Amino acid sequence: MANVRPEHKLEPWKDPSAEPYIRIEKVTKKFGDFVAVDDVSLKIYQGEIFCLLGASGCGKTTLLRLLAGFDEPTAGKIWIDGADMAGIPPYRRPVNMMFQSYALFPHMSVEQNVSFGLRQDKLPRGEIKDRVDAILELVKMTQFAGRKPHQLSGGQRQRVALARSLVKQPKLLLLDEPLGALDKKLREHTQFELVNIQEKLGVTFVVVTHDQEEAMTLASRIGVMNHGEIVQVGTPGDIYEYPISRFVADFVGSVNLFEGALIEDEPDYVRVSAKELGGHFFVNHGVSAPPDATVWVALRPEKIVISRDPPVMEGEDNRVQAVVKEIAYLGDVSVYLVRLPSGRMVRVTRPNMRRQSAAVDRITWDEEVWLSWDASSPVVVTQ
Amino acid sequence: MIGRRSFLVTTMMAFGFAFLYIPILSMMVFSFNESRLVTVWAGFSTKWYVELIHNDQIINAAKLSLKIAAINATGAVILGTLAGLALTRFRRFKGRTLMTGMTTAPLVMPEVITGLSLLMLFVAMEQIFGWPAGRGVTTITIAHMTFSMAYVTVVIQSRLSTLDESLEEAALDLGARPAKVFFLITLPIIFPAILAGWLLAFTLSWDDLVITSFVSGPGSSTLPLVIFSKVRLGVSPDINALATIMVSLVAIGIVTAGFYMQRQEKRRERDIQAALAINQ
Amino acid sequence: MLLAELMAWIRAFGPYRWASHRLLNWGITGRTAVIGLPYLWLILFFLIPFIIVLKISVSDIRLGMPPYEPMVHWIEHQVVALQINFGNYAFLFKDALYRNAYMNSILVAAGSTVLCLLVGYPMAYGIARTSPSWRNLLLMMVMLPFWTSFLLRVYAWIGILKNNGLINNVLMAMGVIDEPIVMLQTDFAVYVGIVYSYLPFMVLPLYATLEKMDLTLLEAAADLGCHPTKAFMTITLPLSVPGIVAGSMLVFIPAVGEFVIPALLGGPDSLMIGRVLWEEFFHNRDWPVASAVAIAMLILLVGPIMILQYNQGRQAGAHR
Repeated sequence: MANVRPEHKLEPWKDPSAEPYIRIEKVTKKFGDFVAVDDVSLKIYQGEIFCLLGASGCGKTTLLRLLAGFDEPTAGKIWIDGADMAGIPPYRRPVNMMFQSYALFPHMSVEQNVSFGLRQDKLPRGEIKDRVDAILELVKMTQFAGRKPHQLSGGQRQRVALARSLVKQPKLLLLDEPLGALDKKLREHTQFELVNIQEKLGVTFVVVTHDQEEAMTLASRIGVMNHGEIVQVGTPGDIYEYPISRFVADFVGSVNLFEGALIEDEPDYVRVSAKELGGHFFVNHGVSAPPDATVWVALRPEKIVISRDPPVMEGEDNRVQAVVKEIAYLGDVSVYLVRLPSGRMVRVTRPNMRRQSAAVDRITWDEEVWLSWDASSPVVVTQ
Repeated sequence: MIGRRSFLVTTMMAFGFAFLYIPILSMMVFSFNESRLVTVWAGFSTKWYVELIHNDQIINAAKLSLKIAAINATGAVILGTLAGLALTRFRRFKGRTLMTGMTTAPLVMPEVITGLSLLMLFVAMEQIFGWPAGRGVTTITIAHMTFSMAYVTVVIQSRLSTLDESLEEAALDLGARPAKVFFLITLPIIFPAILAGWLLAFTLSWDDLVITSFVSGPGSSTLPLVIFSKVRLGVSPDINALATIMVSLVAIGIVTAGFYMQRQEKRRERDIQAALAINQ
Repeated sequence: MLLAELMAWIRAFGPYRWASHRLLNWGITGRTAVIGLPYLWLILFFLIPFIIVLKISVSDIRLGMPPYEPMVHWIEHQVVALQINFGNYAFLFKDALYRNAYMNSILVAAGSTVLCLLVGYPMAYGIARTSPSWRNLLLMMVMLPFWTSFLLRVYAWIGILKNNGLINNVLMAMGVIDEPIVMLQTDFAVYVGIVYSYLPFMVLPLYATLEKMDLTLLEAAADLGCHPTKAFMTITLPLSVPGIVAGSMLVFIPAVGEFVIPALLGGPDSLMIGRVLWEEFFHNRDWPVASAVAIAMLILLVGPIMILQYNQGRQAGAHR
């Protein structure tokens, strides 16, 4: 799940004076009584890869179609590059889209598909040829220029679709599940390619995906959507490590959630008592919640240490005794399902750093173990 | 084992096909009969074909029918394609339900009703506007277009509803205006359906007796009208000859089209296999 | 690409631009044209004719052209008299001829629908269960008669059914019968003609539902210990109900109004409404009664048409 974007990337969203490239303000889209997009406001900056992440039916594709101009918002406004997009049809927007189905015209060759957009602008023949050649070179499809879409493999079609949407040099490219139709191996490879092309051309990408791994890999920032609303916007790291709600914590990665009550609430730490844990969480950052409010503690499985011996640490917090009930060996990691004395099951993952063999005395079924974690690991959310 | 045909089903299927084809085949065989007594074999002869070619009434009626069928098919395809587009691409407009009803009702409407009502309309129009003056080729063509456009609409509508709408959206997105999207993307892709619609409309018009009887006038006898008036008087061998020619033409057309489509399909499959093979 | 160049040329050509500009000024866009043109056509040539028929069905017959009295009379100065005559409908009810024609139409249509189903179901089933390469050929063979002249196919039966026709000749040659069996100009011939002509309308929708059926359902049934015959009754048959309904309605509805088949194959007493309407119109020149017959037939068919529409709608819904 490594983010392939270089770390030195500018972060324009942190600069209050930066002008957003796309401004979405209080946009709502209804289909009859169904609210597909509910009062969404967003700012997306030049050069970003912004991922809209959510389950199917959460409104992410509708939002993308509003940007492309296939649908008009029921309420609210959209600005792209400073221009109000109300009433502007798709063929007059400075935006191109790559479709989930690729939507390659079946009766045209690769070259005709790619040149279609340029021909609509009535560019001189020579220029069209140069630009088509250049973009086919970029996506490594030059040798297939004469083929029809049905003569191409899935990965090749994906590259043609990308070339076709990039050849007009849009400042904004919308991608609807760009890698959804590819198999896993090809998808990983293409993710990196996509980011390289984006960096080379400096285009702003808005990507819709339901695949959190894809979002994590591609995105400069992720907007998590649920029931038509944007739930959280942030960098992949923010979203994973600092989810602001149970929904986000649960949707992105897997998590153990404990309901609890704040028993100590100081600016630099909190303590939460959780009945199911049978102990206390000590969290080394503050929480803004009213006293006695119900809170939830989210603890990622890979942040829990599992051991036979009691962990060496001061105090009684952040550790608990448990019994191993299930073990799933996944190759790179193993997943342990352990039962707390309260009966609650907890998920723990542990990298398999050494090769398994009979010689190694591994933790096994029904063994008594200790679970412990660092005070920085739990995240306290209030909703 | 599962899904295989049992002996019983095969027998009943054979019976069904025999039922469908024996009348046609017997008609074809007896068209080559020497005797005027259509059902008694008296030796091979092509004299009924010769007689048919020299029958000016039938030849003229066939020419008229061809003309009407061709004009009708073209008009019906234009109207039916527009109606199909309207019903699949514009989800909401005033009177959509009425339009849906009006495009499907002619499919099941008994022909006597359609024919009668259209004649009433033409008579009323003639009284009020003086047009169409009398009944003839114009009224027949209008009547045929009205009921055959419904068939074309169904064909086009079902093709358009399975067409990936994102193809049209992609063209819009790449800067083509809606009319251009239709001519550059939609039309070429649905062209086989349009061709099928045209042929269907042509056949419907070419075959129609009942509606034509109501809206035709003196001097506009189409082929079915002539056949019907002859057939009412009993079996006549030159009609057998005519039927043989018509059935053969249709059969050759359909079989050729079938083979052509199968070959296209095979080539397509080969291409797809090849594309999968080069997959990295 | 030729098309694109042609378009560009037309666009560069002045009048096109002028005309499209003009149309846009009047608020006529591509969208309104696409919807409007077929819409107007259907209203003018499909809807309005029915209203006229409805109107004429309540008019009086008169001599002249058109042979019916106008509904609205201008009596002297600005006095309008509305004349509605339900007599034509009352006549239909009272006259035994019409009542018989109605009953007979329904009977013959329903009977031939059942026969069509009996002949068509095994055909559709058989085709759906053959190997794909044969399937296309067989389907083509079902479709082929549909593309050839309906009139000629009905005519073909005359040669087979008449007294010195194919069947009688064969049977007499074999010595099965001495006297020809009278088949032409009987209700039997009408049944044969309808079943024969409308068989493709039954087979095609049935095939469509049977072909879509998931065959693993039958494997599952066999796995759970169900005998093939029972599996057919409990799984295949219920799943093909939409096809049965669609096929039956597609045969029944046009069969009720059929004219050609009873006219050519039926006897003088095998009356059906379509034929009655025809005679009323062409021989008696009684337009009002003919219109009343048409309206009455339409009322009879509203039910089946609604069933068909509902069935299609449900099938379309299930696809989505």
